[in-house]
Amino acid sequence: MSKKGYQSQKKASSFVVNFVLIVICVIWTVPTLGVLITSFRQSEDIFRSGWWTVFPHKEDVQTGEITLDSTVDVNGPITIDGVTATFEEWRQGITLSDGRTIQWYGNKRTRKLTVTEKEWVGFSTNLTLKNYIDVIGGKTITFKDGAGNTITRQGNNLGDAFLNSLAVSIPGTVIPILMAAFAAFGFSWLNFPGRNILFTVIVALLVVPLQSALVPILQDFVKMGLNGTFLGIWLAHTGFGLPLATYLLFNYISSLSRELLEAAYIDGASNFTVFTKMILPLSVPALASFAIFQFLWLWNDYLVALIFLGEKNRVVTFALASLVGEKGQDWHLMTAGAFVSMILPLLVFLLLQRYFVRGLMAGSIKG
Amino acid sequence: MLNSQNTEEKVNGVLRWIKTIPGRIISSIVILAVTFLILQQGYLFLSRGQAHKLVQILVAIIWGVGGIAMLFWVTNWVAEQLPKKWTRRLQPFIFVGPAILMMGWFLAIPVVRTFVASFRSAYGTSWVGLQNYVYAFTDARMLETFRNNLLWLVFGTSFSVGFGLLIAVLADRSRWEVIYKSIVFTPMAISFVGAGVIWKFIYTYKGEGIGIHEIGLLNAIVTALGGTPQPWLSLAPWNNFFLIVIMVWLQTGYCMVIISSAIKGVPTELLEAARIDGATEVEAFFKITIPYIQGTLITVITTVVIFSLKTFDVVRVMTGGNNGTNVIANEFYLQSFTYSNAGRAAAIAVILLLAVTPIIVNNLRQFNKGRKGF
Repeated sequence: MSKKGYQSQKKASSFVVNFVLIVICVIWTVPTLGVLITSFRQSEDIFRSGWWTVFPHKEDVQTGEITLDSTVDVNGPITIDGVTATFEEWRQGITLSDGRTIQWYGNKRTRKLTVTEKEWVGFSTNLTLKNYIDVIGGKTITFKDGAGNTITRQGNNLGDAFLNSLAVSIPGTVIPILMAAFAAFGFSWLNFPGRNILFTVIVALLVVPLQSALVPILQDFVKMGLNGTFLGIWLAHTGFGLPLATYLLFNYISSLSRELLEAAYIDGASNFTVFTKMILPLSVPALASFAIFQFLWLWNDYLVALIFLGEKNRVVTFALASLVGEKGQDWHLMTAGAFVSMILPLLVFLLLQRYFVRGLMAGSIKG
Repeated sequence: MLNSQNTEEKVNGVLRWIKTIPGRIISSIVILAVTFLILQQGYLFLSRGQAHKLVQILVAIIWGVGGIAMLFWVTNWVAEQLPKKWTRRLQPFIFVGPAILMMGWFLAIPVVRTFVASFRSAYGTSWVGLQNYVYAFTDARMLETFRNNLLWLVFGTSFSVGFGLLIAVLADRSRWEVIYKSIVFTPMAISFVGAGVIWKFIYTYKGEGIGIHEIGLLNAIVTALGGTPQPWLSLAPWNNFFLIVIMVWLQTGYCMVIISSAIKGVPTELLEAARIDGATEVEAFFKITIPYIQGTLITVITTVVIFSLKTFDVVRVMTGGNNGTNVIANEFYLQSFTYSNAGRAAAIAVILLLAVTPIIVNNLRQFNKGRKGF
């Protein structure tokens, strides 16, 4: 095939390619979009209609009412606007040829029928921030259900959970990175007995499932009074995150220029100075990509928080999961809660995607 | 003038004193004691938990981050006060030691303890031999979790990797590659719990009756197409697939990004040559691109397989493992914390570990092959 032929083939396929990609992207976006829109709708609207009704669409709108006079026999066939049908059929509703739908309202004695027509409805939904205020606060809240009844609930205090998540994630990211950086430096530049075997063990630990370690650690924590404390969960996340962190940073630090470090040693710098003044600044890209990786992992973690923190210091994933468990039908709270839990990782992710991808590439050895 | 000279002398005196042997010993002890005191006071403040939430969180963050930095600095300082020979011997362990201790305490030793516990009774009071494993491989509940994990593994992995590959290949030919890829990649930032809420809303079911409008997207589509709405998450065994969809939604972005960068590494000359020789795009893809990115594909598949074996959050949040959707990791959780059967839980954990052992062995082999100057 000539070059020209290939290019025309490429152009012809470009429409198909973009079409397929757009379909995929729509499928990928719609679930989140639905939750985002729902989180801003009023509770009674959420229970009554789907979130897509905020967009202009055709909807049944009541346009009139018919009251039969007392001479009409409701037990026999009834004729309205030229259509004859039994009560049961009217009860189900009949769509006339002009597009109007006529439906009997209530039982036979009402003698009332409603007329509805399909009409265009625009962006008429009232949007509100109340769901967010309710779910972030910890006080008692009230809202209306689909039938307009007022319901009272205890708030979920996602604001506190958000702060707890910060208190877990920030030190839980810094501690293992600092430890791993020191260790990676030790493994790549210092000599000590047992170096080889220790690093081999670290590589073996890379994919060990957390489940095979959780229960013994919990036993230790209960004995030491660390269960439910921030210190406990920092230590746990440090232990679990260290193999990957050490492995990644080792790969990076061991590839740094040997001459540069040797020059520093000749100038009389101690190991500690070399580490803090040279290794750390030079490793910033590697540190940053692992930091983002670890931060997202901690923020989004549910299992470790469930076991080591639980109710005592509820993090956002825990709070959101219990919201789903306790109030599985309160979509106005769940959707707003989901966004409260997602906002920070999404921001970090979108702003620092480049670093994250780099960490992902290096870390794809782990599960 | 005189005054500052005085202080300077005093400072010099103190510095000289610190360099003497008793000075070194005493100052080391003082510094260690002060460090301990600061960390202890911080811990007590946090565990009292009386201050305003915001203050507590700030103190926790500063205490945690500052504490670790201080520990390294202080232990190193103390080690440097020792005779040169000892400093050289001890210092590597000050650098490597904390990480090794943590990995030992939180991974290596617990794995051994779990292994031992798997041969003991529910409360760990007596030896029961292989009883927990017999349970794990014969009980109907367990067999259901194995079946479901197999579904997750096969369908979760193949769809994530398949979609990832498809999108990576297609996006490579489009002008708006970056936009498409970002959209598919973004769910990676969302937790499984958050994704659970998003998809639970898609599957939600209000029941049948006059005047009921389905608010779940899937049921609305089904109703619009003339079908009857279904409680999707209770429809065994199909509900497993509705859960697997969530994993695919989250993981495809990961597969796509890694595969995409591998595809970009395929030399264009190679593809051009194949095209000139008359190969169609499909042939060029299967005969050149796929073999070229084989290594990456295997890495991606391995990662997603491990992920699917450990799947927990989605099942926990969406169905709690009911209606035939239980998985190994959830059964582990139930046995540990709901039924308090430590023996069975340990056996399940060991099975999970055994399932990833081939990958551990492979990692070790790769590592041994790759290191030369170690």
